[in-house]
Amino acid sequence: MEEKIDKIVESLGRRNIEAEIRQDPLGTEMILNVGPQHPATHGVLRLVLKLDGEYIVDAVPELGYLHRGKEKIAENMTFLEFLPHTDRMDYLAPLSNNTAYMLAVEKLFGIEAPKRAQYIRVILNELSRISSHLVWLGTFAMDVGALTVFMWCFREREKILSIFDIVTGVRFTTSYARIGGVAQDITDEGIHAIKEFIDNFPKELEQCEKLLNKNRIFIERTDGIGMITKEQAIDIGLSGPNLRASGVPRDLRKDEPYLVYNELDFDIPVYEEGDCLARYYVRLDEMKESVKIVRQCIEKLPSGPVKADEPKATLPKKEKVYTKMEELIHDFILTNFGGTPPVGEVYHAVENPKGELGFYIVSDGTGYPWRLKVRSPSFTNIQELKVRGKGNRRDDMVGRRGSIDTVMGEADK
Amino acid sequence: MKDKIIEKLNNLFKEDIVEVSEFRGELTIVVKKEKIVDVCKFLKEDQELAFDYLVDICGVDYFREKDRFAVVYNLWSLKNKFRLRLKVFVDESDLVVPSVTSVWSAANWHERETFDMFGIKFSGHPDLRRIYMPEDFEYYPLRKDFPLQGIPGSIPLPGQEKIKTQRG
Amino acid sequence: MGINTFNIEEQGFLTTKLSEFIRWAQRNSLWPMPLGISCCAIEMMAFAAPKYDVARFGSEFLRFSPRQSDLLIVAGTVTYKMARVVRKIYDQMPDPKWVIAMGVCTSTGGMYRSYAVVQGIDQFLPVDVYVSGCPPRPENLINGLLKIQELIKKGVPPKRDPIFI
Ligand code: SF4
Repeated sequence: MEEKIDKIVESLGRRNIEAEIRQDPLGTEMILNVGPQHPATHGVLRLVLKLDGEYIVDAVPELGYLHRGKEKIAENMTFLEFLPHTDRMDYLAPLSNNTAYMLAVEKLFGIEAPKRAQYIRVILNELSRISSHLVWLGTFAMDVGALTVFMWCFREREKILSIFDIVTGVRFTTSYARIGGVAQDITDEGIHAIKEFIDNFPKELEQCEKLLNKNRIFIERTDGIGMITKEQAIDIGLSGPNLRASGVPRDLRKDEPYLVYNELDFDIPVYEEGDCLARYYVRLDEMKESVKIVRQCIEKLPSGPVKADEPKATLPKKEKVYTKMEELIHDFILTNFGGTPPVGEVYHAVENPKGELGFYIVSDGTGYPWRLKVRSPSFTNIQELKVRGKGNRRDDMVGRRGSIDTVMGEADK
Repeated sequence: MKDKIIEKLNNLFKEDIVEVSEFRGELTIVVKKEKIVDVCKFLKEDQELAFDYLVDICGVDYFREKDRFAVVYNLWSLKNKFRLRLKVFVDESDLVVPSVTSVWSAANWHERETFDMFGIKFSGHPDLRRIYMPEDFEYYPLRKDFPLQGIPGSIPLPGQEKIKTQRG
Repeated sequence: MGINTFNIEEQGFLTTKLSEFIRWAQRNSLWPMPLGISCCAIEMMAFAAPKYDVARFGSEFLRFSPRQSDLLIVAGTVTYKMARVVRKIYDQMPDPKWVIAMGVCTSTGGMYRSYAVVQGIDQFLPVDVYVSGCPPRPENLINGLLKIQELIKKGVPPKRDPIFI
């Protein structure tokens, strides 16, 4: 008993009651803890809100519940070995992460993937953009109260995942890219499945739009909610659809074209309003643009190898490893010691579904990265909640949180 | 673009630019750490350069005697669509770098992350706390002398906490 | 359920043991608490969504409140910081309760042998079924759910006999 009292006294002592009373004598402010396990925080984000009635006085996001030490892990393995870890960063679009990482490594090694591989990468990138936006659309609609959209979006997403199953061999964590190309060529079956999907998808998306676009509940819960102006968006470093919804036309696919994006014809949807509704429209339009890109790529898909022939950096073909001495040695050395990049540091960023995903690699000339830093879009985007949390209603918090679209695996690394 | 940046910086901050290098088409400028806020402010406010978008801040541990750590700033100019990397070196004896949160508010969490991972302190930061690891964690995990598998027992698991408090 | 049917059509009754009846009800209405932490959580969502549709096995009610659920599905990498939360959620669930460790991360730490990740949640939580895979396909998670139903059917109390699939 005494022990208990001691504990209570001790905890009271820590709270500095006097200061609290002086600040808020009637105790009108309330602390509300949301998360880390809460359906509305989409992952293990913890939000501590200070409320005055229905209004938010202060919001403090807390991260780190999924910090897995990826950057430290990367320092202890070869460049290729880290590839599976990139799958699990933004786990809604693993294929884009693979590509982003490989582009950074290729930049360091100074090699380039063959044309066919680049086209395949673009196709899969855009498909994963669609699948990521579909999850976003489903969960966001669920946040503001529409469950049917969730079911429909997941149905469509399952179709994309089965395409990945055919093309890469796995549904979800694909690890498909390789240094200087992709793991295996895309088959006719895969191309057929993709074609079928992009023919049907716009119709299905229209159905979802019909459910939401003129839905009064949806509009009222998103229109004018969570406004971010252009200046604020730039100042807090938002990227991706969130930035474009605030009227900044920044898309790395156009600004810093990588892969074959400069050979393709597509638009960047930009909206000026900066509220949740604008973010919804940006993502919707982006999905349509992605369909356009995939269609063009399928038409243009050239034939040829899917992996660069750079024995010092890329793994040789399996048949050759089994039959030729030299390839066997290369395979052995690359697997064990992992190539010899030049000394230097590179940063390469791509436009992921969530925003700018960049890899900053410091190399000391060995096969292991000396330092690998992931610039993850979700991490910076969550800052919005902190900066813009004040003065909003508590029930809008859920919609705003949903509309930014973050993945904690990437934010926490 | 590159020449313009170097020229402009050389005009104003001649003594404070330590090194300018280029690798794979990326420009890196090493700046003295005392002057980092001024340089950043200039780069942001200059009409022509307009580096108004902070992409990333991160730390690097070079694990050597002198200038062991570095803090790297990745900037982007929305107007010119150009990247620039700034770098300051930090000695282990004096792990304090001026904070650039006054220039871009995006720097807030990036600096907290660098503090959490390397223990580099940012003077003038509004809220310098750990961001990933628990508050009571004592080490800085991304330093090269910290083992990958961690130090056993440094973060207690739920069941083990009780044992600890009972004993001590 | 060990049912003896006497003239069920004519007289309209059946006999069984009460305990078996309860177990029958329990196993066909398991309400999972989806503790989705990372990548595995997405596959867990697929497991509840169309195509895999866990509603076929009576567990469509993903309760986000631990007080209303009797099956904890831990899906994702549990870090030391998160471990305290996981334990707290487990403690809040009413008895009897079962735990599925979904994915290799949850079961053993998986590919993360690092300073921040707990090497298996069984260090601080009793687990009934371990589901392997990174991530497990939704089919495999359903398999795990069926294994829990089997455990209940056999009358094995929770935390006794872990199953590895
Ligand atoms: S088991 Fe694999 S998919 Fe599941 S949480 Fe761990 S890393 Fe992610």
